[in-house]
Amino acid sequence: MSGETKSSSKVATIARRTFLVSAGVVGGGVALGLALSPNRLKIYRQDVASGDEIILNTWVKLTPDNQLTVIIPHSEMGQGVGTGLAQMLAEEMEVDWETVSIEQAPADDTYINSDLGRGYIVGEGARIPGFVYPMLDFTFLQIAKGLVGQLTGGSTAIRLTGYHGMRRAGAAAREMLMRAAAEEWDVPMNSLRAEASILHHDASNRSANFGSFAAAAAKFTPNLKPALKSPSQYKIVGTPKPRLDLPEKVNGKAQFGMDVIVPGMKYAAIAQAPIFGARAAAVDDPANAAQHIVILENAVVAVADSYWEASNALRQLEITWEGGDPTLTSDALRAQHNAHLEETRHEEIMEKTGKAPEKLQAAETLSVEYAVPYLAHATMEPMNCTASVRDGKCDLWVGHQNPIAARDDAAKALGLEKSDVKIHNTYLGGGFGRRARTDNVVQAARVAAEIGVPVKLIWSREQDMTNDFYRPAVVSRMSGLVENGTISAMSHAYVFADAGMPDSERPFAFQYDVSNQRIARHPFPSPIPVGSWRSVDFTQMGFFNESFIDELAHRAGADPLGFRLAHKSDPRHRAVLERLSDEANWGRPKMPGASQGIAIIDSFETIVGQVAEITVEDDNRVRLHRLTSVVDCGQVINPNAAEAQIHSSVIFALSAVFFGEITLENGEVVQQNFPDYDMIRLRNAPIQDVHFINSGHPPGGLGEPGTPPVAPALTNAIFAAVGTRIRELPLTRAGFRSV
Amino acid sequence: MKFSFTLNGEAVSVEAPSDMPLLWVLREKLEMTGTKFGCGIAACGACTVHINGAATRTCVMPIAAIEGADVKTIEGVAPTPGEISAVQSAWLEHQVPQCGYCQSGMIMAAEALLDQNPDPSDEDIDSAITNICRCGTYERVRTAIHAAARARREA
Repeated sequence: MSGETKSSSKVATIARRTFLVSAGVVGGGVALGLALSPNRLKIYRQDVASGDEIILNTWVKLTPDNQLTVIIPHSEMGQGVGTGLAQMLAEEMEVDWETVSIEQAPADDTYINSDLGRGYIVGEGARIPGFVYPMLDFTFLQIAKGLVGQLTGGSTAIRLTGYHGMRRAGAAAREMLMRAAAEEWDVPMNSLRAEASILHHDASNRSANFGSFAAAAAKFTPNLKPALKSPSQYKIVGTPKPRLDLPEKVNGKAQFGMDVIVPGMKYAAIAQAPIFGARAAAVDDPANAAQHIVILENAVVAVADSYWEASNALRQLEITWEGGDPTLTSDALRAQHNAHLEETRHEEIMEKTGKAPEKLQAAETLSVEYAVPYLAHATMEPMNCTASVRDGKCDLWVGHQNPIAARDDAAKALGLEKSDVKIHNTYLGGGFGRRARTDNVVQAARVAAEIGVPVKLIWSREQDMTNDFYRPAVVSRMSGLVENGTISAMSHAYVFADAGMPDSERPFAFQYDVSNQRIARHPFPSPIPVGSWRSVDFTQMGFFNESFIDELAHRAGADPLGFRLAHKSDPRHRAVLERLSDEANWGRPKMPGASQGIAIIDSFETIVGQVAEITVEDDNRVRLHRLTSVVDCGQVINPNAAEAQIHSSVIFALSAVFFGEITLENGEVVQQNFPDYDMIRLRNAPIQDVHFINSGHPPGGLGEPGTPPVAPALTNAIFAAVGTRIRELPLTRAGFRSV
Repeated sequence: MKFSFTLNGEAVSVEAPSDMPLLWVLREKLEMTGTKFGCGIAACGACTVHINGAATRTCVMPIAAIEGADVKTIEGVAPTPGEISAVQSAWLEHQVPQCGYCQSGMIMAAEALLDQNPDPSDEDIDSAITNICRCGTYERVRTAIHAAARARREA
């Protein structure tokens, strides 16, 4: 993190000076994003350098005494992104890892990450995978506004920013340093050797560290197409470097948005409309406990000298809410979903091959219905934002997954220019998609503007849980026919609430070789806000598809793993299944008497296969002994951090499978806090075995792909154990509980 | 009202409403933000500190109940300034934190467990540490507690 972000107590006033070395490229995000191949590496802001730091290119600063700082255009929300990206850059630059530190990029158009893939890839005419386009060119996850974004989401940091951006930035910086040394020593560049932040000219037995050439190197134009190393030469990538952000996460010093202190600030507590769509029609303060009351259409904010006093004042307000739909219930919504699936008028065909409808007329066709509920993100750090609005300038302190979107939305709400709003992005106490939204940011900005003093807005846990952008509830109907042990046809129809997943990622795909397929979605806007939730549509679709393939395997009398293999030709998928069979002892549970369930899902360019090993004990209590994951995410950047992402994804999914359910009664969210939206804890967390396949492919995403297979692996294991097919989540709906 | 107690070995006194939970006194009156707000109902453990040596969730602990007590927070867990405790060291060795938000509370709960039970079994750990971590660091938490227990016994 930058010193600037850490020293929250000062309201920084940095002049905006964007240096564009290349002619013809205009400052300002849209022009930047539209320009097909500007030399991305030449664009930087001089004010990111402090002290004796010398900027070599957009992402690289070097000091004369040889200390390297990598500027990170992604937010740290638990995934260790800065360390991973720095490893990729350091590898190509040939630096001594001990000299590397990282710094959060400014929330400024100069440091957008949404053009990283395109700036490089289109520039060199390389092939771009189809999934990349929506992320680069459209509003991926509906949050990257326009073409300018600094989004951390979609499991993109390593596979796009790192693979296409940071590697080149590192290699280009090394070339610049070598060129400077070649001039200084008057020797050919190709006679130089870079190793561990030192340049060597072996023939003349000369050497000097990178830092001594930093100033001279900065005069050169970075090469957008430097020579890159082959993975076989890697020394830093692929090694378990300790995360650079962890030392301050064990001593309480790491600063989250919640921890920001601005001199003279007040504290604000918020009550948002309990029924979605309602507005505050009248507010009375008989106790006169609040210093300020601010009404924000659908919310009321009380301000005091402490959060405790603000909360107490808020509780004493008498608020009259009007509007919204008080008849909305989860049961009514489910009935609407079912009715909607009966109608084909609005359906959108996502996949159509062969003659699935005709084949599925057969009497032997298996037709089943699945349903999954709304889910909250419930990040450990409740939503918050600290704001100061003075003299037409707005400063915002928040941990955000897209600080540029936060800046733009705050500017719009206050009627300010974007350049008058400054985001100080902190660590995020969990994101999972929730912190890509800007509601809390706009609220804080408006309150600060209205009361004229800096304010920290804190949402209670109850406010956080009842005012989320939820993972959509989905009802799904699947049909399939097995003939001679092979799936001859399948169809899938499901309710589609649109959480922002680009279709090009194909979350709906039935990832098996079936020649007759029909997949159709029925768009049905959610009556409550929805958004992206770790792995987005893959959680629902993965549960449906991987449950259904299991049902078909059972129908065929086949082994679930063998049946999957028989319908997969993709060699990477097959390799994951075969390795999983070995690692999980498929068919021979490690725990005597236990039952196994399997699932495999390819998402965000990473394939994850999982086996859950369970026993079902008295009172339908499910004990998950072990969860084995086999992962092909291509090149692993940091094995230790990679394993942590799988651990994390699995626990995140397990909380949802066992407990996760947001329901509606009288138009209000029922669940308020952790007791009624419970979480996996140490005592019911399984032993996890995580194995990575070194497939030699470029890196895939890793923040999300471990999540989708967990639910079906577990429910398939329950079927294997007791013969109960779980078609609705969470498990409590079928009477199962955690131990 | 004014309240006095010992915080990380130093005497402090603070002006606060008597029902204000210790969590908010620490974070807002004393500007010690290492102790976190997670749920407000003592369900998640993010606000765990030691009060007279016992791991205590402070989001529901009124400051009036702390008068004269000995309070230790994450900021005071290191044996001497500039060093880190065996638990913190094990946390780094095993790369436990992810987002890090719950980890102050998790570490304080682990410290208290090891103070009472120098050699906890998996079952001891599972029943003593009921903190929530949304990043799912549990497996490494368990490993790190065992490692810290060994280090403390051998120290």
